[in-house]
Amino acid sequence: MFGLTPAEWEAVELSLRVAGVATLASLPFGILAGLALARGEFFGRTALNVLVHLPLVLPPVVTGYILLILFGRRGPIGEFLESTFGIVLAFRWTGAALAAGVMGFPLMVRAIRLAIEAVDPRLEQAAGTLGAGRIATFFLVTLPLALPGVIAGAVLGFAKAIGEFGATITFVSNIPGETRTLPAEIYTLLQVPGGEGGAIRLTVIAIIVAVGALVASEILAQRARRRVAGL
Amino acid sequence: MLEVSARHEVAGFTLDVAFAAGGGVTALFGRSGAGKTTLAGIVSGLVRPKAGRVVLDGEVLLDTAAGTMVPARRRRIGVVFQEGRLFPHLSVRENLLFGRRFLPRRAPANMAAIVELLGIETLLDRRPRMLSGGEQQRIAIGRALLMEPRALILDEPLAAIDLPRRAEILPYLDRLKREMRVPILYISHAIEEIARLADTVVVLEAGRVAAAGPAAEIVAGLRLPSLAPRDEGVILVANVERTMPGRPTLLRHAAGELAVPPVDAPPGTPLRVRIHARDVALAVGEPGRLSFRNRLPAVVQEITRRGDGEVLVRLDAGGSAILSRVTEDAIDDLGIRVGDPVTALMKAVAVEGY
Repeated sequence: MFGLTPAEWEAVELSLRVAGVATLASLPFGILAGLALARGEFFGRTALNVLVHLPLVLPPVVTGYILLILFGRRGPIGEFLESTFGIVLAFRWTGAALAAGVMGFPLMVRAIRLAIEAVDPRLEQAAGTLGAGRIATFFLVTLPLALPGVIAGAVLGFAKAIGEFGATITFVSNIPGETRTLPAEIYTLLQVPGGEGGAIRLTVIAIIVAVGALVASEILAQRARRRVAGL
Repeated sequence: MLEVSARHEVAGFTLDVAFAAGGGVTALFGRSGAGKTTLAGIVSGLVRPKAGRVVLDGEVLLDTAAGTMVPARRRRIGVVFQEGRLFPHLSVRENLLFGRRFLPRRAPANMAAIVELLGIETLLDRRPRMLSGGEQQRIAIGRALLMEPRALILDEPLAAIDLPRRAEILPYLDRLKREMRVPILYISHAIEEIARLADTVVVLEAGRVAAAGPAAEIVAGLRLPSLAPRDEGVILVANVERTMPGRPTLLRHAAGELAVPPVDAPPGTPLRVRIHARDVALAVGEPGRLSFRNRLPAVVQEITRRGDGEVLVRLDAGGSAILSRVTEDAIDDLGIRVGDPVTALMKAVAVEGY
């Protein structure tokens, strides 16, 4: 299909795996952050807000470099992860997933936060009078009502992760079959003579994935709005 | 037994009240802005007052002096909110059973009985958004009952429902009142609802208790005439004597027999009858051939002239008070004075029993 070469297929497959793992792994944190920002009243709320949105405004190369400093084999977190759990992120596809997850996080949290803010707090109060504690109320009322928005946030994060380039290439380089994701493959193809054909094929695939994700996210967001309005 | 005292300030408004609610229905009555809903929130645990104490059946739920505040989820006080607040993503059945999973020991659900009481058998598998306001409110009541509450708060349960639909719910509230053993706090600004349901009334005005006492006295306006300036009335309690299909129901009262529009209740059932002062005419001597079906012998106890050409006459009929609003001219023409025997005349269609 699309006349892709094995190397190009490898890049597409890797990108989907990296983005999928990035999205699933960051989703619980995204929900926690979204909940904290939507409903929380605590010291450091503004700091959390800034931290979450930082990858959106920092140059991706800077984000990638910070990840390299922190999660590289000699970085404080990277060294701890390797010595304690035997997990290596630097120059591995797992590192690419981390970079993609971090870059997609602001978009994911924003959608989740809006969805949680749209849940009527009076319903949560009603759950309280019926005996539900905070955690039960979250899982039985808040999360189900916000779910379409949470899914929309995950889809946005996934689309962002698929396209992540700057932070990924800075943090985990551009190793074929390991960290050469779809954008890195396009970049590589453009560096060699006669690579334009492959670049165009991958570009089309990138557009399809991005548009598909946006449409899916829009449909889900709309359903969320209707659901919360009780229509 | 529910004992409440609270002082609270919200946006320049001060609430300072104390009252007790025993079994039966205690109505918190007052205009909007009188502090009724804030007070309900203090009892249910959703509002923490500046200072206050709430004790339910001897258990301290709130005591700001001692720093005690049992959270709403542990109070087991069922709340029916003005807007229902059903969970839109759950079916009616799931809404009804929501509170049961948090009960410490799960007695077998008396769901069938409650569903039957509220007449919601056919709605169980539907979503709340598909239902009318009245149906939603009945489900909200069922949801609160199924959590086996130790007290029940109904916060203006009819306010969000259009007028014709209210009549559909009131009979269910009558049954609820008869079958519930726990204190019910009924919040409303509608005197008709209070007259029909309340045993005790606490009148709130600008955050303070303006009057409190048995419903019959409060509704008659005896303690607080400003409550119903031109719509005084009394509540009599009378037992059903005889019902016949398509015919007025006959009630037995100490003062005599009362005919009211047909009520479906077996003989012996105590019913409430609300009689508006403006619907009571007075006759001196034998009334003669008139269409008034209700004629109760009474004695004039008090005549209050209000200076607007109308008077309020208070009668004693078999030990119960009846109020009559008539013109000053009528009183003068008939020469009625305190202590005179008269006959109170009421059309059967103007007297409602429930």
